[in-house]
Amino acid sequence: MTEQDALFDYCLRIGDSSLIIGHRLSEWCGHGPILEEDIAIINVSLDLVGQARSVLDYAGKIEGKGRSEDDLAYLRDVAFYRNHLICEQPNGDYGRTIVRQFLFDSFHYLFLNELVNSKDDFFSGYAEKSLKEVIYHMQHSTKWMLRMGDGTEESHRRVQEPLNDLWRFTGEFFAVNEVDKILISNGIAVDLNKIKPKWKQYVREIIEDATLTLPTNDWEQLGGKEGRHTEHLGFILAEMQFLPRAYPDATW
Amino acid sequence: MNDFQIRELLEEVKDPEVPVLSILDLGVVRSFSIKENIVDIVLTPTYSGCPAMQVIEDDIVSILKNNGVEKVNIEMVLAPAWTTDWITEKGKQQLIEFGIAPPEKSSVDKSSITGDARFIACPRCKSENTEMLSQFGSTACKALYRCKDCLEPFDYFKCL
Ligand SMILES: [Zn+2]
Repeated sequence: MTEQDALFDYCLRIGDSSLIIGHRLSEWCGHGPILEEDIAIINVSLDLVGQARSVLDYAGKIEGKGRSEDDLAYLRDVAFYRNHLICEQPNGDYGRTIVRQFLFDSFHYLFLNELVNSKDDFFSGYAEKSLKEVIYHMQHSTKWMLRMGDGTEESHRRVQEPLNDLWRFTGEFFAVNEVDKILISNGIAVDLNKIKPKWKQYVREIIEDATLTLPTNDWEQLGGKEGRHTEHLGFILAEMQFLPRAYPDATW
Repeated sequence: MNDFQIRELLEEVKDPEVPVLSILDLGVVRSFSIKENIVDIVLTPTYSGCPAMQVIEDDIVSILKNNGVEKVNIEMVLAPAWTTDWITEKGKQQLIEFGIAPPEKSSVDKSSITGDARFIACPRCKSENTEMLSQFGSTACKALYRCKDCLEPFDYFKCL
C-alpha cells in the first residue's frame, strides 16, 4: 500500500463515519421525542454531514481521479465504505440513539483533539474547525446519558440495554491497521493507542455518574475500516443513493 | 473598481439566516482583492454544515457581477477556524437590535463540556435572569434561551 492509498483510505474512514452517523441522525427529522430534541439532533446531523463533505472533497483530490465529494458519497457500494460499524447501527428509540451518539462523540472529540497536531495541513485545519462543533455534540449526548441513566427505572433500562448491546463496536475505534501504521510513522494520523485510555476514563466516569453499569463484554466487532460491514449499511445506501443513481444528471 | 467599492458591495451581502448582519460584520470574509476587474475572495464557513454558505457565495458573485466585475473567484478555507470573536462590535449591536443575544467573548472554552455557568442577558429587557432551554436552536449557530423576567424566549448566538 502506497502512502497515497493510505491517505485516501484514511480520509474515507473519517468522512464516511461522519456521513453515515449523520445520515442516521437525519432519520429523526420530524420524529424527535420533543421539539427541542428534534432540532438538536438535526443540528448535530448537519454538522457531521458538513464535516463529511470537506473530508470527502479532500479524499477526491488525494485520489486524483476526478471524483467529487458527491461521487464518493453516492456512487460507492458497501464494500468501499470505511466507516466505523457503530455509525451504521439503527436508531432504535431515542435512548439507543443517545447511547450510540455518546460513544461516538466522546471518541470523535478525543480523536480530533489529536488530529489537530497532524502534519497534513488539511487535517489539522479540518480538526480545529470540527472540534469546535463536536464539543457541543459531546456536551449534548453526555447530558442525556446522565439524565436518562439517573432518571426513572424505565429511562435507565432504555440506555443500559443499548449500552450493553453497542459496547462490542467500541473496540473498533482503537483498532490499528496498515493504514494507521503508514500514516502514524509520518506524523499524519492519530496514534489511537494514545487516546484509548482517555476515552475509557471519560466513558467510565459518565457511566458511573449516570448510575449505569459498565459492560464487561470485551468482544470487539471489527471490519468497518476494511469495508466489511453489518447488514444495516446496505439499507442506508439504498435510500441515500437512490436519487443520484436513478437520475445521474439531476441537479437542484 | 477599487477595494473601497468592493467593500461597500460586500457590506450589502447579508447572512441569509440573520438578515441584518453583513458578511463583513459576521467575519466570514477573510480577505479580498481586485486586479484587472477580477475579484479574488477568501471565505471561511461559520459551521461545517451551514447551508447559508452557498447562498452567501451566490449573493457575492451576483452583486459583484451586476456592478461590472468580470470574474469572481471564491476560495473557501477552513483554517484558521472561524470564531464568534470575529463578529464586529457593530455586528453584535445589530444582533441585539434584531432580538438575538450576541456571543460572549473568548470562544475556545473547552470547559463548556462540563456545563455552562454563563449569564446571557435578555436582548429585550436586559435582565440576566435567563435560562438555557436547548443548546441547539433554530440554526446551527444559535442556542435557545428564555428570559425569566419578561418571559420571552430568545436566540443566543453561541460561542464557537
Ligand atoms: Zn427579558
